[in-house]
This record gives sequence, structure tokens and C-alpha cells, in this order.
Amino acid sequence: MSKYLINKFIFTVDRDPDLVERYRDDPSGTVAWWEAEQAGLILNCPGPERSTWLAFDEAERKALTTHDYVALLELGAHNFLVLTLFIALFERDYSEPLGFQREFAARLSHWRLPYPDIAT
Amino acid sequence: MATVAAVIASTHHPFYYRASTATGSERPPFADEWQAKIEAFRATLDRARPDVLVMVGSDHFHQLWLDNMPQFLIGKAPFYNANFYNEEREFGLPRMLLRGDEELSAYLLRQGIDAGFDLAFSNELRVDHSITCPIITLRPQADLPIVPVYTNIFAPPMPQPARFVQLGQAIRAMVEAWPSDKRVAIIGTGHLSLELGGPRQFGPHGPDPEFDRKAVEWIATGDLKSALAGVSLDSLWLPGNATHGFMDFMLMMGVAGEDVPADYVDSLDLFHTMEAYFTWYPSGTGAS
Repeated sequence: MSKYLINKFIFTVDRDPDLVERYRDDPSGTVAWWEAEQAGLILNCPGPERSTWLAFDEAERKALTTHDYVALLELGAHNFLVLTLFIALFERDYSEPLGFQREFAARLSHWRLPYPDIAT
Repeated sequence: MATVAAVIASTHHPFYYRASTATGSERPPFADEWQAKIEAFRATLDRARPDVLVMVGSDHFHQLWLDNMPQFLIGKAPFYNANFYNEEREFGLPRMLLRGDEELSAYLLRQGIDAGFDLAFSNELRVDHSITCPIITLRPQADLPIVPVYTNIFAPPMPQPARFVQLGQAIRAMVEAWPSDKRVAIIGTGHLSLELGGPRQFGPHGPDPEFDRKAVEWIATGDLKSALAGVSLDSLWLPGNATHGFMDFMLMMGVAGEDVPADYVDSLDLFHTMEAYFTWYPSGTGAS
């Protein structure tokens, strides 16, 4: 399990407007491409100096490819990263202000303290 | 020696810029009251006549990332570009360019490291809304040089609350000993109870009004003893899963001094989170 790699996927998609649209339109293809080509890139190092050991497990891959933000949070993804990216992906589909954010909260209404551990 | 002309602690609400600039049907019903409170708060900085601003905030996974995460970092650069694409996208924040005060940055880094804080530094730092929100609210002309001080309130493991207080106390002492005739305002922003990416997010109030009431009382009276007894790294998850931002308020309580009441206190109960604004004028500044 790699909470770090889930966070890295969200972080690198969220900061790139083209990738945000690509992930919205084609989550399976974007996740497969990213895991194969991008996951090992160290952000401050040239491409050939990449990490060789990073991979999603099946539950992580499934949560990402189905845009399942509840599952991502329950796997321990960082709450701020998940919220920010998913607002960018889906807020536009809701007519009421904060409609998406409130539905997001309602889908987590079964949570009790303590929440999933986000430490990486 | 330099003068600490004002100590200011505030929440940073990224929606203020959009709310305060909206007109007509786009303008939310709470915007007028919010803007009036911000303008009154801004006057407390104007009265201090600062030459330079030390700005305490926290990167929100913009430039700083989990592959290399500092606990405390001071920017040392002649300029700071500001705000990121995802802040423009979500909050409508403008891109900005702020001047830096490299001399004060270098001084704080040297003195801080020698005082036992192993401070990270950055010579090319793009600052985010934790720094630009208070520029927008308190100094919208953005005409003063800054020294950004970043803290990790975001990615566990984080420093203990007491360490934030100690750093605040050290910053106050270092600025007061800075061989300069400048007037320095020390401004820091954090959060009261806050939930992001959890079931209590975007409610009609902050997620824990009782925590907020206690926290405002601690800050307003400088009650560091109760604040330190009342929170821990573990307990701060309970009022809301983004409440570790309160540790930046605790840092600012360290700057302001134990049991020193704030000269100006205001708050505003908004949807999602409570806003809170505090200003101290250290004695002898001629600003109060």
C-alpha cells in the first residue's frame, strides 16, 4: 500500500490543467499511463534518475480509476489533496454553490473519529 | 534596533478576495459585513506604519512536497511570485509579485539556526494563499517587502505545538535585536477549527464552535498556558481534520508574548469556518 503514491498522483494531476481534464474524461487511461510513465519521476530530478519501486496496489488503482474519493480517503489519501482535485473535477456539474462539496461531506457521513490516518 | 511595530494574527480565508470583489447578484449576502470587518482590521496595520512584513504561513502542497518536506522554512529571495493555478481555479486568486527583504531573511536564518532551530531556506519560493490572503486583506497595495516563514501544519509528522510557540518567541526576540531602524510588522495566519475533505466540511459554521470560542479567548488574552494544555498533535484532529493550522496561531501567540492581551480582537462566524482577527501593539511603538 502506498498512500504516498496516491498523494503523488493527485498532486501531479491537480497542478496541471490538461491532466485535470484528461483524468476527468479518461480515468482508467490516465491512471495506467501515469503509473507506467510518471509514477517514478522524482520531481526535482532528471527523468533517468527516477525511482524504480513505486506501484499502486489493486485497491488503490481501482479507487483512482473509478473516481472513488470516499475509497481514496479511506485508504489514507491526504484530505486536502483529494478535496481540491475532486472540486476541480466535478464542482462544475452541480448548479447550487457548494453543491458538490456538500454531497462530498454527506458521502462521508458514516465516518466517526478518528478519521483514517493520513501520515505517510 | 528594529521596532516590532505590530503583531497580527488572522485566519486566512481564500474566498475573501472573490466575495469582496463580487458585485450585483454575484455578491454573497455576507460580503458587506465581512469587507467592513476586514477594512477595520486593515487599519490596525496601517496605524503601525510598517516598513517590512514578516509573514508566517504554510504551503498547501504547492512548492513543498512529500519527497522533501521542511518543518520550518524561511524564504530568502529578492522577489516572490505568488499564487498557483489551482488557487486561481478554485478561489479566483490573482497572480502576484511581492518584493523580499533579503537582509532580514539572512539575519533571521543565521540567528534562528544559531538559536537551535534548524531552519530550511529557499532562494526561489512561490508563495501561496497563506501569505497572499493576508496581503489582500491587510495590505492590498502589496508595496512592502516581505520575509516568508513557512511552517508544516499539513503533513504528519509535524512539530509539536510547543515548538511553534518557541519559534514565535524566537522570531520576536530576533526581530527586536535586528540592527536596523526599520519598523517590522509580524503577521501570521492559521485556522480555528476547520474540516477539509471530511463529513463536517462546508457546514453552516466551523466544525467545532466550542473549540473556536476557547481558541479566540486563548489568543485574545495571550493565554499560552491554557492553549498549550488544551491542544496536542493528537487532539487537534478532533475539532476538524485541518485544525492543525491553529498551531500557526500558537506561533503568533509566542510572538505576541505570554499573557499579553491583544489590542484589537474581532471575529466573524461564517459558513465553513470562523474568521478571527487579532492585533497587538508592543509597548513603545507609538502605534496604539
